[in-house]
Amino acid sequence: MSVLTAGSQRDLVDAVSHDEHLDDGSKTTLGFWIYLMSDCILFAALFATFVVMRGQTAGGPSGRDLFDLPYVAVETGCLLVSSFTYGMAMIAAHRNRRAATLGWLALTMAMGLGFMGLELHEFAKLIADGSGPDRSGFLSAFFTLVGTHGLHVTSGMIWMGVMMAHLLRRGLTQANLTRLACLSLFWHFLDIVWIGVFTVVYLVGVA
Amino acid sequence: MFGKLTLNAIPLDVPIIMVTLGVIACASIAILAALTYFRLWRPLWTNWITSVDHKNIGIMYIFLALVMLLRGFADALMMRSQQALASTGGTGYLPPEHYDQIFTAHGVIMIFFMAMPFIVGLMNLVVPLQIGARDVAFPYLNSFSFWLTVAGAMLVNVSLGIGEFARTGWLAYPPLSEAAYSPGVGVDYYIWALQTSGLGTLLSGVNLITTILKMRAPGMTLMRMPVFTWTSLCANMLIVAAFPVLTATLAMLSLDRTLGMHFFTNDGGGNPMMYINLIWIWGHPEVYILVLPCFGIFSEVVATFAGKRLFGYKSMVYATVCITILSFTVWLHHFFTMGSGADVNAVFGISTMLISIPTGVKIFNWLFTMYRGRVRMSAPMLWTMGFLVTFPVGGLTGVLLAIPASDFVLHNSLFLVAHFHNVIIGGVVFGCMAGLNYWFPKAFGFKLDERLGKLSALCWFVGFFITFVPLYAVGLMGMTRRLNHFNNPVWHVYMLVAMAGAVIILCGIVATLAQIAVSIRNRKALADLTGDPWGARTLEWAVSSPAPFYNFAAMPPITDRDAFWEMKLRGLAHRPPSQLHRIHMPRNTGTGFILSVLAGVLGFALVWNIWWLAGASFAAAVAVAITHSFDENRDYYVPSEQVASIESAYFKQLTVQV
Repeated sequence: MSVLTAGSQRDLVDAVSHDEHLDDGSKTTLGFWIYLMSDCILFAALFATFVVMRGQTAGGPSGRDLFDLPYVAVETGCLLVSSFTYGMAMIAAHRNRRAATLGWLALTMAMGLGFMGLELHEFAKLIADGSGPDRSGFLSAFFTLVGTHGLHVTSGMIWMGVMMAHLLRRGLTQANLTRLACLSLFWHFLDIVWIGVFTVVYLVGVA
Repeated sequence: MFGKLTLNAIPLDVPIIMVTLGVIACASIAILAALTYFRLWRPLWTNWITSVDHKNIGIMYIFLALVMLLRGFADALMMRSQQALASTGGTGYLPPEHYDQIFTAHGVIMIFFMAMPFIVGLMNLVVPLQIGARDVAFPYLNSFSFWLTVAGAMLVNVSLGIGEFARTGWLAYPPLSEAAYSPGVGVDYYIWALQTSGLGTLLSGVNLITTILKMRAPGMTLMRMPVFTWTSLCANMLIVAAFPVLTATLAMLSLDRTLGMHFFTNDGGGNPMMYINLIWIWGHPEVYILVLPCFGIFSEVVATFAGKRLFGYKSMVYATVCITILSFTVWLHHFFTMGSGADVNAVFGISTMLISIPTGVKIFNWLFTMYRGRVRMSAPMLWTMGFLVTFPVGGLTGVLLAIPASDFVLHNSLFLVAHFHNVIIGGVVFGCMAGLNYWFPKAFGFKLDERLGKLSALCWFVGFFITFVPLYAVGLMGMTRRLNHFNNPVWHVYMLVAMAGAVIILCGIVATLAQIAVSIRNRKALADLTGDPWGARTLEWAVSSPAPFYNFAAMPPITDRDAFWEMKLRGLAHRPPSQLHRIHMPRNTGTGFILSVLAGVLGFALVWNIWWLAGASFAAAVAVAITHSFDENRDYYVPSEQVASIESAYFKQLTVQV
């Protein structure tokens, strides 16, 4: 120990800086953001593929024959409203109101379930009509792009369920606020991707 | 019950594979027995498998890379000997269906399970130390990433004994890789091995970017970062930007194969060219993911062993960033011959040639760093010199290939094969070996044997040219790649010379293994007591060798580039800190390992269509991950007394040394 007390000290910042590792959430949020950007590129690849495949109907139905815009508009509405309710959950969390946060999260999840229900119903109908993903390149790309988004929404809802369990267990701790913020990024990101899907797949598809 | 899996999947009728399996089985039993006999299971579990320490994870990555190097090089020797034997009309000893698996496995293993783990391992080991951080940003995620890579590697190795590997070449171009033409499980092994390890790579990219952006020591601005950290940052950005495309592409291929979709099929509106575009949008940046960190290694090595500041630090950084961006603009040069038309080909040809400009800047920077320096020819420097001679040759043949008109002649020839081996061996392998020799003392506390290290560098250097110059020549004569047998007495001689070259490279690999063994035996004599065995310039050398598990007990403010050199000049290096505080550390966890085992089982189940097992392992993985999220006991404090005793032992050692 004696050797450690010798020597010039002023230039040395002590090890307190290591306490930065008691994460205030900024590292996690940045890391999660970077992950989301990689997810964005995954969707970019699927969008590009869809655009290339749009005309490859192999004699089968095209988007104009299949898509029901009012139906998809309701679906879109569910997801957009769920983003709003998630925003309300975040506001409640920052005001330290756990019950309200949980309530808004439950509402968000309900909207998400509604969205997924509508989407799965659409898929089931298409497959029953013989327009499944193996029908043509266009339908492969359609099912994969929309389905990948749906898988993301589904995992978002599983995460939301776990999130609610965390909130019930520990309350609005720093760790849980960080998690809420990450899930919030994820959820709004899926909303933005869906706006791309709605435009590129459905609106352009029936035009 | 077992999907497509039956006992017939084990190739009992192929003696080469059965002998290999026998050797692997004996070796595995010997290792397991040794672990049990020496009671090493518990230390293995607590110190390594569950470790979240970036240094241990880095070491394990490099260990994996060296093991897979042996496997991949065995494939290379088999290919060289097959072509040497089967170039005058004979059939050689490898039937086409086996030979095709070998060249596919060679490419996949060398890129994904040798070069990538080596690079990621070096980045893991060095980057946090270079920026003065305690660990990476997400240590548990780091452990998960590593074990996912292992799971992917294991899937490739399992395919040797159960079933088959892809016969499609390392990028599995459709329509050949579609179910219609590759009905076996080989391509499925390929897909799931790459998906598993690719996810690991992506997560490790996210981790290292966050680490570099958020955890640098006070005062270390971006333009004060060591060049290796800069190149790692750029390589990891490339990982995050490129790997999702690979994931999406392989996912689409597997949807084609398992659900009968029509992305890349010949019928049903599929478009195989779509796959080839997508895979190279990932594949070309991948080349720079591998080589950029190596450029960083050479920069550190040259500056250290020339005893000078790196010449043109800023131009080096800008060149790195330029290459990062340009790497996304050149993918089409991999298929000039596929009918994009003259205008498109011209654009991509020019953008390809543009990359040689920042790369040339780097070469001159290294040369000018050495100019009027006192260059010490240690093993890492020897590898660097080998690189400086070899790599520009590969760069120049690359510029030849970048001219669409000449590419029409050279496409898919052995000239191309020689070109990319020239840049990957000359750039990536030499870089990794330089890095291994350079940072080994920081990882283990003793240097590697110099003489065997130099011998290895020499063998690789000579062996490389003897192997690949003949391949350049036969490529110009019109020999295409991936030939199983042919009848051309003119080419035969070249094949024999190339075979001899491969044997010389084998000597280089043996020399490296001997180097490691001899150095472990002589570790007392080779011990690095100061923590700074090379008289180096960057922060990782400011701590003891091996670095304490918490890395830095105290962090000096960074005032310049070459932070440690600056500290030495100002007399601040190796000063014991006045006050020591407790240090916050992450706890070890086995979750990453368990999740990866489940991911490996999931991959195996998907390969063989064992759906219940796939469902069960996926559900189990989700359950384990969720359970882990409820574990709040993830960190602890190292008491300041423990830090003090570790540090004072180091300083005592230092004073004895001085």
